[in-house]
Amino acid sequence: MTGFSLDLVADVQQLLSYHFMLNALRAGTIVAVLCGAIGYFMVLRRQSFAGHTLAVIGFPGAAGATWLGVGTGLGYYGFCVAGALVIAALPGPGRLTGGLGGDGESSAVVGTVQAFALACGFLFVTLYQGFLSGLTGLLFGSITGVSDGQVLALLAAGAGCLLALAVLGRPLLFSSIDAEVARARGVPVRLVGTAFLVLLGLAAAGASQITGSLLVFALLVTPAAAASQLTARPGPGLLLSVLIAVAVTWLGEGIAFFSPYPIGFWVTTLAFAAFCLALGYRHGRDRWARPRAGHPQPAGSNR
Amino acid sequence: MTALLAADPVTGLANMLGQPFVRHALLAGTAISVLSGLAGYFVVLRGQVFAGDALSHVAYAGALAALAAGLDLRLGLFAATVGVGVLLGLLGGRGVGDDVLIGTTFAWVLGLGVLFLFLYTAGGSSGDATANVNVLFGSIFGLSAPAAATATWIAAGLVAVLLLIARPLLFASIDPAVAAARGVPVRLLGPLFLAILGGTVGEASQAVGALLVFGLLAAPAAAARRLTADPWRALALAVALAVLAMWAGLVLAYAVPALPPSFTIVALAAAEFALAAGYSVLRRPISA
Repeated sequence: MTGFSLDLVADVQQLLSYHFMLNALRAGTIVAVLCGAIGYFMVLRRQSFAGHTLAVIGFPGAAGATWLGVGTGLGYYGFCVAGALVIAALPGPGRLTGGLGGDGESSAVVGTVQAFALACGFLFVTLYQGFLSGLTGLLFGSITGVSDGQVLALLAAGAGCLLALAVLGRPLLFSSIDAEVARARGVPVRLVGTAFLVLLGLAAAGASQITGSLLVFALLVTPAAAASQLTARPGPGLLLSVLIAVAVTWLGEGIAFFSPYPIGFWVTTLAFAAFCLALGYRHGRDRWARPRAGHPQPAGSNR
Repeated sequence: MTALLAADPVTGLANMLGQPFVRHALLAGTAISVLSGLAGYFVVLRGQVFAGDALSHVAYAGALAALAAGLDLRLGLFAATVGVGVLLGLLGGRGVGDDVLIGTTFAWVLGLGVLFLFLYTAGGSSGDATANVNVLFGSIFGLSAPAAATATWIAAGLVAVLLLIARPLLFASIDPAVAAARGVPVRLLGPLFLAILGGTVGEASQAVGALLVFGLLAAPAAAARRLTADPWRALALAVALAVLAMWAGLVLAYAVPALPPSFTIVALAAAEFALAAGYSVLRRPISA
């Protein structure tokens, strides 16, 4: 490894000559496409808090699997899907908005579940002596740890999720935008919501293995938030969200390869930068467009 | 430690209280749990759970930034949580504080925390892994006498402020429009409460860790709200449940050394909520 030079082609060639980087990029791409797509619906449905909780629930799963000597992948998928079903079964579906307004009661329940799950993860880590060095990897991910088998498993899970999302897409979009009308038109809103939470859990579990439990949320929420600043239309928004997620992951992994700083920092920072740019662009466009359009947009109409 | 298991409960408890680190933990833990119960009730009432979640992540980044800069951990902890609390309060007043914005920002703050962790460990400090674990998951048995005293005084001060503003805050939380019409300074109370919440998260981080703050903040309050609809009673009950979880958790963690105190405290708080939820479900059909 010779470090970064100004010759970008040579840099990329050098980067791709390492098998672990190749695997990291493959896994990162799958995860980014999945998180970009599913995250877009999460933001649309205002389920950020549920998404964050699902992302975090993977940690006790992985820690428990390590403690029991089972594969961590099993722990991630098992706990995230189980968590999704628990959240879906809680009273008041679709009210997990959190935020500064929102329903305090149901988000307090989700928060309690989250704290308990994390406490269990800590217990497993403590019970499994000498595992504390792996804790940082579980929570914040590592770029070097992706095996060929993991890439294949991710590919299978990712393809399955995207297929399910494609089947689910139209009713999901309908019920996300206007649940009442969708229900009246015969869309099984509750079933669609549960299926989506399971998909969200699967995406969070897959992504956790690359970015770590605490940083999955950055890939889920940030590209989608940036995309929804740029366009209000669902089709282009979904595409933009996926593109931003992939670009951020590739750039983050590339920079992390040449810099001493950890990948988690680069991916989250690049994603946040993309969001800030999108926010700035929207504000600039609104200011420029308003006097010409003649009728100012009502506040919050671009969500 | 084995003395507790061997002897009868009274001698065991006396043995436990004979340990200085247990006394420090009990002192600071009681003050912190009173504060968490009080603040937690308002958090749930005002629907600001996600903001509390964001503050706990900010606490992690702030503490590690201070460590990386070679400062006292608590300095970074409180500066970050109180600062961001005020910021959230000011933004929230203008309707900008929506959950996607909060989520996007705290996801990045956590990324910064990873960077600070890296800088701190690369600085060649000893005990780096331990410090990281302590910030994330707390170390209440590791509190020194001065640290416990400081934590207790800060908690006492915050409790006093919260009790002072409890009545207008309750009014403003339940019906902001009417409260504003009656002359309650609603716009001032929002940021003030989030600043206090920031301080509370900083305090609770020292006891159960940044990641588990929620256990002390949300669980007792949610349990209290299941048991009574009266706000003042629920407030008192939330405090009592938080203190109970803290005391029982400390005793359990002392008696069973394999269990870390952060786990026992949070697990007991979650159990309190589960029991309260079960009780309210059982009671409902009879009263209805």
